[in-house]
Amino acid sequence: MSINSLKASTDRGRAGDKIFSGVSLAAGVLILAVLFSVAVFLMVQAAPILSADPAEVTGGEGFAAYILPIVIGTVVAAAIALIIATPVGIAVALFISHYAPRRLARAFGYVIDLLAAIPSVIYGAWGYIILAPQLAKGYAWLAENLGWIPLFAGPASQTGKTMFTAGVVLAVMVIPIITSLSREIFLQTPNLHEEAALAMGATRWEMVRMAVLPFARPGIISATMLGLGRALGETMAVALVLSPGALGASLIRTGNQTIAAEIALNFPEAFGLRLNELIAAGLVLFVITLIVNMIARFIITRHKEFSGAN
Amino acid sequence: MSKRIDVKDLNVYYSKFLAVEDVNINIEARSVTAFIGPSGCGKSTFLRTLNRMHEVIPGARVEGEVLLDGDNLYDSAVDPVTVRGQIGMVFQRPNPFPTMSIRDNVLAGVKLNNKRISKSDADDLVEKSLQGANLWNEVKDRLGRPGSGLSGGQQQRLCIARAIAVSPQVILMDEPCSALDPISTLAIEDLINELKADYTVVIVTHNMQQAARVSDKTAFFNIAGTGKPGKLIEYDDTTTIFNKPTVKATEDYVSGRFG
Repeated sequence: MSINSLKASTDRGRAGDKIFSGVSLAAGVLILAVLFSVAVFLMVQAAPILSADPAEVTGGEGFAAYILPIVIGTVVAAAIALIIATPVGIAVALFISHYAPRRLARAFGYVIDLLAAIPSVIYGAWGYIILAPQLAKGYAWLAENLGWIPLFAGPASQTGKTMFTAGVVLAVMVIPIITSLSREIFLQTPNLHEEAALAMGATRWEMVRMAVLPFARPGIISATMLGLGRALGETMAVALVLSPGALGASLIRTGNQTIAAEIALNFPEAFGLRLNELIAAGLVLFVITLIVNMIARFIITRHKEFSGAN
Repeated sequence: MSKRIDVKDLNVYYSKFLAVEDVNINIEARSVTAFIGPSGCGKSTFLRTLNRMHEVIPGARVEGEVLLDGDNLYDSAVDPVTVRGQIGMVFQRPNPFPTMSIRDNVLAGVKLNNKRISKSDADDLVEKSLQGANLWNEVKDRLGRPGSGLSGGQQQRLCIARAIAVSPQVILMDEPCSALDPISTLAIEDLINELKADYTVVIVTHNMQQAARVSDKTAFFNIAGTGKPGKLIEYDDTTTIFNKPTVKATEDYVSGRFG
């Protein structure tokens, strides 16, 4: 009687396989568990706010009236940041990947990566000391000449600590993220497609539009969403460069507030219902981020057929 | 359309490395010219100098002249973008733009050259070009579908349709069938025979039977050894190259004794 040789040989390799699948399963379960516990914590801690007397909530008109202005403030600050950062970030990435001489491109790439590593409090301090006073001059001009547009209604902030300044600081923080991710994607554009465009008589810019940008589209969206995530959640920089206040349409007047900065500024001395209130605000921010990511996923999958992945 | 090409004393360099040395060749209009030779002999490099595509690689440069009906491609006032608009190219691996539909792929080059084209003109051009590439009947019902959904041979014919849509003077083909099965190869070869009526076609191929089947004239390139420059060894009518070559190396190569 002989031992089945096929059977014998399979046993040894399986051990490593089992360990590896066990480790990766554990890692997957762990991240889900952490996420789940954060969600549960937020919901349990936020729950009392729903049954609370509206008069006891900050502002005295219930949680919705309290949270809505700072939700809008958060979204506006992030929107300003993305409107500035996305085109600039993509342009810088294209410069590095397709226009700059190779040696310069490499040095430039390192510097950009370095920018992404600077802590946000530094950006906040820079915005507070350098940027805000400079922008304040521009705000005065805007209020005087374009004041009839509600966005630029006066009186302009003297210190420059406004929503727009916060948006600009956030943009500066988000640019390195968008740039370094986009650059990686741009460099992966198949040579084949770049040459196809060039061989048809495309200029460099036409080649970028024909071959590079369509190929990189899902990557650019992901990069923007990661940037948006940072802009939405950024706390310290906004807390430093924004004098908070009531919601208003003007971007150059003192006022407005974002969720993250609101939590950070008030958390240390909060207790009781106020604490529940701030945690509920955190939950709202969590949901906003989730929705934004789902929209991004949707945009990416909608164009799957034309993505070049098939 | 369709112009002749005359190459005079052409040397091709990659930085300091001389890749192809001293090529002189006259390519007739409305004919098919095949470049054959062992791997690394510089035939693809030389082909790419005919529409200045070699310049895409940093450090690549040439000495000498390439005349398109007497006009030097390498004149300092000539923009490579203009050259490539007139001398189309089909690559070794089919490369339709994956994010574009079949229709948009055909129109890609046209939209570069004159931005405005009416929808009916565009429709006509798409049909004419796809017919010219023997692809119309297979794709006419799915022009809006992505080009990447076609088979390899269909994709390559789509690339040919894209190249002829701009009515180039010359079409360069760099081993257009090396990634295709025999049936698709046959379809492309038939197509090359038809293209000859309107265009000057230059084709690089590893397949000697293919050169014998499709070309009017054949150029044989060879290198003395690794690190040495590639050279044009012999250039003559295809029948002469395959039956009565004058150079020993050509005879050895076409009869399968090496390479």
